[in-house]
Amino acid sequence: MSTAAAAPQLAQDTALPNGAEIVLKALVDQGVDVIFGYPGGAVLPIYDAIFQQNSIKHVLVRQEGGAVHAAEGYARSTGKVGVVLVTSGPGATNAVTGLVDALMDSIPIVCLTGQVPTHLIGNDAFQEADTTGITRPATKHNYLVKDIGKLAQVVHEAFHVARSGRPGPVVIDLPKDILLAKGEYKGPETFKRVSYAPRLDPDPKAIAAAVDLMIKAERPILYTGGGLINSGPRASELLIKLAHMTGFPVTNTLMGLGAMPASDPLFLGMLGMHGTYEANLAMHGCDVMVNLGARFDDRVTGRLNAFSPGSKKIHADIDPSSINKNVRVDVPIVGDATRVLEAMVAEWEKRLAAGAKPDKKALAAWWARIETWRKRDCLAYRKSDAIIKPQYALERLQALTAHRDDVFITTEVGQHQMWAAQFLKFQKPNRWMTSGGLGTMGYGLPAAMGVQMAHPDALVVDVAGEASILMNIQELSTIVQYRLPVKTFILNNQYMGMVRQWQELLHGSRYSESYMDSLPDFVKLAEAFGCVGLRATKVSEVDDVIREMIAVKRPVVVDMAVDQKENCFPMIPSGAAHNEMILGPNDKPGGGEKPGGTGPISEEGMVLV
Amino acid sequence: MPAQAPIERHTIAVLVDNEPGILARVVGLFSGRGYNIESLTVAETDAEGHRSRITIVTRGTPMVIEQIKAQLDRLVPVHKVSDLTMEGPHVERELALVKVVSTGEKRVESLRIADIFRAKPIDSTIESFTFEITGSGEKIDAFVGLMKPLGLAEVSRTGVVAIARGERGM
Repeated sequence: MSTAAAAPQLAQDTALPNGAEIVLKALVDQGVDVIFGYPGGAVLPIYDAIFQQNSIKHVLVRQEGGAVHAAEGYARSTGKVGVVLVTSGPGATNAVTGLVDALMDSIPIVCLTGQVPTHLIGNDAFQEADTTGITRPATKHNYLVKDIGKLAQVVHEAFHVARSGRPGPVVIDLPKDILLAKGEYKGPETFKRVSYAPRLDPDPKAIAAAVDLMIKAERPILYTGGGLINSGPRASELLIKLAHMTGFPVTNTLMGLGAMPASDPLFLGMLGMHGTYEANLAMHGCDVMVNLGARFDDRVTGRLNAFSPGSKKIHADIDPSSINKNVRVDVPIVGDATRVLEAMVAEWEKRLAAGAKPDKKALAAWWARIETWRKRDCLAYRKSDAIIKPQYALERLQALTAHRDDVFITTEVGQHQMWAAQFLKFQKPNRWMTSGGLGTMGYGLPAAMGVQMAHPDALVVDVAGEASILMNIQELSTIVQYRLPVKTFILNNQYMGMVRQWQELLHGSRYSESYMDSLPDFVKLAEAFGCVGLRATKVSEVDDVIREMIAVKRPVVVDMAVDQKENCFPMIPSGAAHNEMILGPNDKPGGGEKPGGTGPISEEGMVLV
Repeated sequence: MPAQAPIERHTIAVLVDNEPGILARVVGLFSGRGYNIESLTVAETDAEGHRSRITIVTRGTPMVIEQIKAQLDRLVPVHKVSDLTMEGPHVERELALVKVVSTGEKRVESLRIADIFRAKPIDSTIESFTFEITGSGEKIDAFVGLMKPLGLAEVSRTGVVAIARGERGM
C-alpha cells in the first residue's frame, strides 16, 4: 500500500480505488499492521486487495471465534485496536462470542464482516445473516455500509469509537457490491461525529470532594480495575504514586491485575469471589473506598446489601452508566483514569502543602489489622509429594519465570484461571489477558496467539484447563503456521474443575456431566499439530517440564496431570458477603469473619451463578 | 438496591441521528436490560440535520431511571437525553383515533360526549364515527372508557409526545 500511496496523482484520478482497497487504505492509515481473519465468498474482494499489498499482515485462523479472541489478545497486550476480518453469515455469527467477550471486558476491536450484495439483503441469500441485527447488542456500535461514498469515513469512525471512551468492539458490515464499487478515499482527518464525545477530564469539584474523604480516611482502600489498564501504562504509574504518597492499600480486580506490581507491599492481591482474604476483608471493613475504573461486578461485590456496609464510596469511571449501576456511591467521577489520577495526585499534594494532616495513626492501625488478615496466608494449600497440585504447578511456573521481564499470560476459564490470578505475580499492566466479564472458555489459546503476534520474542503462556483448551484447540494449527512459540500450559484434572467444585459445594457432590471422558492424548495431539508435547505426572517432573517448555523455541503443549479433587480457595459463595469467605476444604459455607462456621448457602445464593 | 425504593414515571426525550437501526438500538436497550416502556414515539424533527426525536415514557426506581438515561446517552447516534420529568414543568400530549360503530341514541350520545371532550369527528358513515382526540393519556383513557358501551370498535393511539414548558429548548 505504501507504494500505491506514493503513486502519481494522475493515476489516482483516472483509476479510483474500489471499496476493498479503500478499506485496506483506511486500515493502514489507522496504524493497523495485523488482521486476524478467515476468507469466504462475501469478502473475496478484500482478500484480493490483501494479496496485492505488503503493509498489513493477515493471520489465517482456523475458526472465526479464534480470530476475535486473537485480536483481543493483540489489543490487550499492545493497547492498540485489534482487527478482525470474516465473511458473511456463519463467519459473522461465529465471531459473536468474541464480540460479546470484548464488549464485556471493554477491549477495542474493529470487526469487518462480509455481507451479501445490497440488492440481495433480506432475500435469505446464501450465507446471509442479519449481522447488524445480531451484533447490535454484542457491540459498542455497528455499521452497515450501503454507500461507497461513506465507506472510508465509516472505517475511520469505527476505529475512533472502538478505542475512545470506554473501548469496545465495533462491527462494519460490508456488502460485496460496495467492496467492488469504485469510490474516493478520504483520510482519517475528514470525519467528525458530533453525537459521540466521551468525557475524559474529571470535574474538579468531584476530585476535591474525593480527596476530602481520602484525607479524613481512617481505613481507606484503593480498588482498581480494567479501566486503569485501558487508560494506558501511565495510569498504573500514577496509581503506584498515589498509593505510596497516601500509604493506602491497593487491591485489583481480575481485569485490573498488573496495574499495581504484585511485589509492592501496599498490594493486597485480587479481590472478589476467589480474591484474597486480606483484600476482601479490607473492602468489607474500609471507611473510604476509592474505585478507579472498576464496575462493582457481582464477582467482586458478593451480596450487594452486605457489600462494604460502612464505607463512603468514590467511583471514577469513563462510562457514566457504570456509576450507580449496582452500588450507590457518594462521590461519582466521570473521566479517564489517567486524568482522574493526575488530578487526585495534584489535589492531594495541594492539600498537604496547605497543611492538611491525614490520620497517620488510624492508617497505621488499619495496616495492623490488614497484616493480621495477611498472616492467615489464605492461598496456602496442602502440599503433596505424591500428586501435582495445580497451585504448585503455577507456583513453579511463577518461580521459573520471575526473572524475566517479558512474560505474558493468557487463560481459559475456570479453576485454572483463578489459580493463575492468585499464584502468578504481575508486575506490569498489559501482561495478563483473561476473559473476565463473559467468562469464555476457549479464549486463552487464540488470545495467546494474538499476543505473540504483537510480541514475537516474548514468553507467552496460555494457562489452560483440559476442558477449555478443547474449545479452540484448532488454533494450534495457526500457531504452527505462523511459527508462534506459544506455550499452552494445561492443568489437566480431567474435570471441568469449577463446575465440579460448585457441584461438590452446592449440589451434594453430584458430578453431573462434569467429568471429561475420552480426553485426547495431549502430547500426541500437540505432535499431530506440529507442536512439541510435554507431560508431567510426578511432582519431580514439574520443574524440568517447565524449563524445557521455556527453552524450546517452538510452540509447546504441556499436559500437567494435576490433583482431580483440588478446589479453588478462598471462595465467597454466591449470595454471601465478603466476610463470609470459605478459606479451605475444612470450612463450610456460611462462616463469619472467623472462617470455619457452618450454615447452608442461602436460597438467594443458589440461584446466582 | 433497596427493595422499598419508589417506582417513578418519567418522560424522557432523546435526540438522535436519524439513521437505520437507531430505533432498534433504543428498543433493544430497554428489552435487553429489562427496563419498561410504557409509551414510545418517534419521528424525524429536523430533516436537514437528519435528527429524530424519541419520546419514551418509562417506570422505575430513581436508580433505574438514572441507568436508563446513562445507557441511552452511551449510544453513539444519541445527541442528547433529556429527562422532562426531572427538568421542570413540561406538557405531554397524546393523539388517538377512536372508531365507534352504533346507531340511534348511542350514536347521538357518542357525538355529545365527543363534543364535551373536544374530540373531532374526522370520518363518518351512517353507522360509524371516527373521532380524533388529543390530550393527556388520562383524558384519552376516560374518553375511550365512555365510548365502550356506545359501540367502541377500534382505537389507535400515538403514545406520548412531550416538550418542556417555557423558553428553554432541548
